[in-house]
Amino acid sequence: MSIKILLDKCTGCTLCVKACPFGAIAMIDRPARIATQSVAGGPADAPGKGKKVAEIDLDVCTLCGACVPSCKFNAIELKKELGGSGRDLSHFKGVWVFAEQREGKIQSVAFELLTEGKKLAADLKTELCAVLCGDPSIEEEIDHLFGYGADKVYLITHPELKHYHTAPYTRAIAEAITKYKPEIMLLGATTLGRDLAARLAIRVGAGLTADCTGLAIDNGLLQQTRPAFGGNIMATIQTPKHRPQMATVRPKVFRKVKVQNVKIKTDENVIRFKPVISEEDLLVKLLEIVEDETVKVNLAEAEIIVSGGRGLGEAKNFKLIEELAAVLGGAVGASRATVDAGWISAHHQVGQTGKTVCPKLYIACGIAGKIQHLAGMQSSDTIVAVNKDPDAPIFKVAHYGIVGDLFEYVPLLTRRLKELQG
Amino acid sequence: MLDYLLTEEQKMIRDLARKVSLEKVLPKRAEWDETGEFPWEAIKAFAAADLCGLYVPEEYGGMGISVFNFCLATEEISRVCGGVGVTFAASALGSTPIILFGTDEQKKKYMPDIAAGKKLAAFGLTEANAGSDAASIETTAKKDGDYYIINGTKQWITNGGEAEVYSLIAMTDKNKGARGASAFIIEKNTPGFTFGKKENKMGIRCSATRELVFQDCKVHKSQLLGKEGMGFIVAMKTLDLTRPGIGAQAVGIAQGALDEALKYSRERVQFGKPIGSLQAIQHLLADMATPIEAARALVYACARMIDAGSKDYTLSASQSKLFASDTAMKVTIDAIQILGGYGYMKEYPVEKMMRDAKITQIYEGTNQIQRNQIALSLIKEMASSK
Amino acid sequence: MDIIVCIKQVPDTTEVKINPETNTLIREGVPSIVNPFDENAIEAALQLKEKHGGKVTVITMGPPQAAEALKTTIAMGADEAILISDRAFAGSDTWATSYTLSQAIKKLGKFDLIICGKQAIDGDTAQVGPGIAEWLGIPQVTFAFKLETNDGKAKVERMLEEVNEIVECPLPAVVTVVKQMNEPRLPSLKGMMKAKKAEIKNLTAADIEADPTNIGLNGSPTNVVKIFTPPPKGGGEILSGEPEEIVNKLIDKVKERKII
Repeated sequence: MSIKILLDKCTGCTLCVKACPFGAIAMIDRPARIATQSVAGGPADAPGKGKKVAEIDLDVCTLCGACVPSCKFNAIELKKELGGSGRDLSHFKGVWVFAEQREGKIQSVAFELLTEGKKLAADLKTELCAVLCGDPSIEEEIDHLFGYGADKVYLITHPELKHYHTAPYTRAIAEAITKYKPEIMLLGATTLGRDLAARLAIRVGAGLTADCTGLAIDNGLLQQTRPAFGGNIMATIQTPKHRPQMATVRPKVFRKVKVQNVKIKTDENVIRFKPVISEEDLLVKLLEIVEDETVKVNLAEAEIIVSGGRGLGEAKNFKLIEELAAVLGGAVGASRATVDAGWISAHHQVGQTGKTVCPKLYIACGIAGKIQHLAGMQSSDTIVAVNKDPDAPIFKVAHYGIVGDLFEYVPLLTRRLKELQG
Repeated sequence: MLDYLLTEEQKMIRDLARKVSLEKVLPKRAEWDETGEFPWEAIKAFAAADLCGLYVPEEYGGMGISVFNFCLATEEISRVCGGVGVTFAASALGSTPIILFGTDEQKKKYMPDIAAGKKLAAFGLTEANAGSDAASIETTAKKDGDYYIINGTKQWITNGGEAEVYSLIAMTDKNKGARGASAFIIEKNTPGFTFGKKENKMGIRCSATRELVFQDCKVHKSQLLGKEGMGFIVAMKTLDLTRPGIGAQAVGIAQGALDEALKYSRERVQFGKPIGSLQAIQHLLADMATPIEAARALVYACARMIDAGSKDYTLSASQSKLFASDTAMKVTIDAIQILGGYGYMKEYPVEKMMRDAKITQIYEGTNQIQRNQIALSLIKEMASSK
Repeated sequence: MDIIVCIKQVPDTTEVKINPETNTLIREGVPSIVNPFDENAIEAALQLKEKHGGKVTVITMGPPQAAEALKTTIAMGADEAILISDRAFAGSDTWATSYTLSQAIKKLGKFDLIICGKQAIDGDTAQVGPGIAEWLGIPQVTFAFKLETNDGKAKVERMLEEVNEIVECPLPAVVTVVKQMNEPRLPSLKGMMKAKKAEIKNLTAADIEADPTNIGLNGSPTNVVKIFTPPPKGGGEILSGEPEEIVNKLIDKVKERKII
């Protein structure tokens, strides 16, 4: 891949400078023509209008291509290589979903990914497979996987897989991937999934994209869309030459839907795989699991969430949010800014690096609505926003907006609801 | 703002003092002002940042003597909280006698811990009947073999009760008048040395102000600073040297108030526009900013002179303290005015700044005494030039 | 204990804004900082060093200006800082980055522990720490908020979604830390002066014997095909009227949707 400015087309208009998200383009004086002309002289400057031209700093440029469409003079040439690295990727078939289980129970995110994976498999005209690891008793859970659309289940059992540890799981799944060659592998971006995927990708030589909010197929390739730059912009990423194409997705980003014609498990569609796990894979030992009472915020299951943002001004004002949440029977959420400022614990954080939620009602108070936050709540059924700033991005996703002071409206709403409750 | 052409190191000191103050003092200053709690957290943070030894020679664990650098740090700290600022500065006041007049053993014994911020110091001169009239102190130190027995009470001593190391001025020979006082280093927990209650003050409320009570307190002669009879010289030289530091504290308080007023004038909208666009407010701001700049120039020019070895800085030191403290008072009052009703509320920081500013016109020599001193210095100069 | 900390210099993404007219990032005036989770990593390393003795070496892969971030870590108390920088590394994804860092670590000699921040606030992937562990073939423990070492082993408390896990892991290993791990110390004056004088060693691709097929853009399995700011959804309704009216309207709408 390469990029260059075509100097004879560049007019120095600077539109590309503004388009570059990485600040990789600067304006320089138009360079003199390199003396390939005859000694008698030629044009003193490189041909083209304008005293200044754009220059791309190749140390900073990531070849994302955002500048190309911004140039009205087609002066930016981005060359992308097509064609393989020589490796035949056609052997890789199938969309795999890692069926994360904890304490013998398959996690909801696995079902969400199966539902989404089904669409991808249909586009690719290939199979949707679930990969389930555990001790032999995990076999009881297989029906659920077929219930959400799996065509096949790879059942990887071993006594050491009962509780998740990085090394044995990486070993087991890597062996399965090497043997069965999926073209796509999806995992939930949970603490377990992120720990596993990062290691697994290097083990099998795969490209991995984290925290995707959108998945699609284009030209046979998985298009992985995710927020970047702390959530201020969206990026679409692909893995052209490496397999499997791996991606993690946060819980609740996609919805899980049971299928109509559930496949019945047979010996053909349940593939039992016995991994070879060595002593080296068992170096990390679990000493204890600690139930943390303060953790039980249960934001993910709440039907109503009232969230507070920077507009609250200080920690003690979360009291207003708590009171409104209490009268609605809902949970308290928070923006990243408030958690970073130490006003509330991270367990309440909604957003890209916090929890993804899709309650029936989400009330955002004093939250600006940066992409990073929206990524965590924009699929909520009904979104209400209260903010002093009429230009706050939150109003673009809110179904109902109140442009006003939260210190006025939130207590007012709480009071009115209390009155109606009687 | 005037460019003082700070060196890299000075910029580091200033920026670090500011960073620590914003992170450790700002979130707590209102609470400390309300409760009067002593700001140990802040002192520990300054200690960890190596900021407590800016006036202490390197061989005793400091960063080298620099009144200029010390003022840089004091100003930035006071910009966030005048109470923490004076706690910081008063420790220098209490240990300067040791630096100026101490023997090598005395300096080795006390200065490293003070420079490292592990211990604080305090300066004991003022008494109930001896404020501006320092010469009429009544605390006595009676020689008894190898010891001095100290009796008396010092009043309104900053860092009293929290400091470990005290520089005390007491009368060793009443008959000799001004030549009859001596200076001593006294440690906390010395038998016979106790503290009075913590005073309940208008401002700088987190700063601890207490009586020092001496009842037959026995102090070894090795704790004498300099020679017998040098007491007032020790006191005067100490106060002169640390006067720019108090000027820096006042400049800091004033700057902090100006910062708040500027910010508010941009945010507060009345009659459809920010009040900062109104000429009345603009004039107030200009009349706040200009004297702050002038006060700062006086303080740092004086500090620079002292660091360059000048022997003749009494006049400048007085002028810098006088002008800076009067400026701090005026600026903080005007800051409240600009914030209007909000300025009067304790939720906003400026009313505290005004309460903090007032004391700068009183302690370290009242501004009336400063005016006396300035006039006398002028006359002396004129007389000697004839 | 010889500890290596991997850091990244990042733009302060809490300050990045979108220009509403051009829909692009405003990069001017956005300060560069040490990735906040990496500050927790450095603090953890310094505390272990204070307890057990040893050395803390901080490394980063980045452009030349990343040396500034390294100097900050020296001001905090790190013993040595090394910049791994080469044009050939430009455009690296997490595969190439973790490979490059692991190659550099191999050149540093023996170490007991590698500590990384959980994730960088610009990429937010959390993939490089585990990647380094895999390239080096050593165990990894992620999402740590408590870390003790004793006799060649680490005892780590991990923060998971609903519970915390306590695991034991032999050293050397990679540990990635979360914010709840500690409160990073502020730099000291002596530290800042030391940092100012400090020489930051630079390692190039050749110095770390990097395989060109694993570094930079060409060594990255993933690539960005598009960057965009999502188009506005087409907003909903802004409620108007007196405050009491607005509140009543809102409650009615929410009732209509059968939420309460």
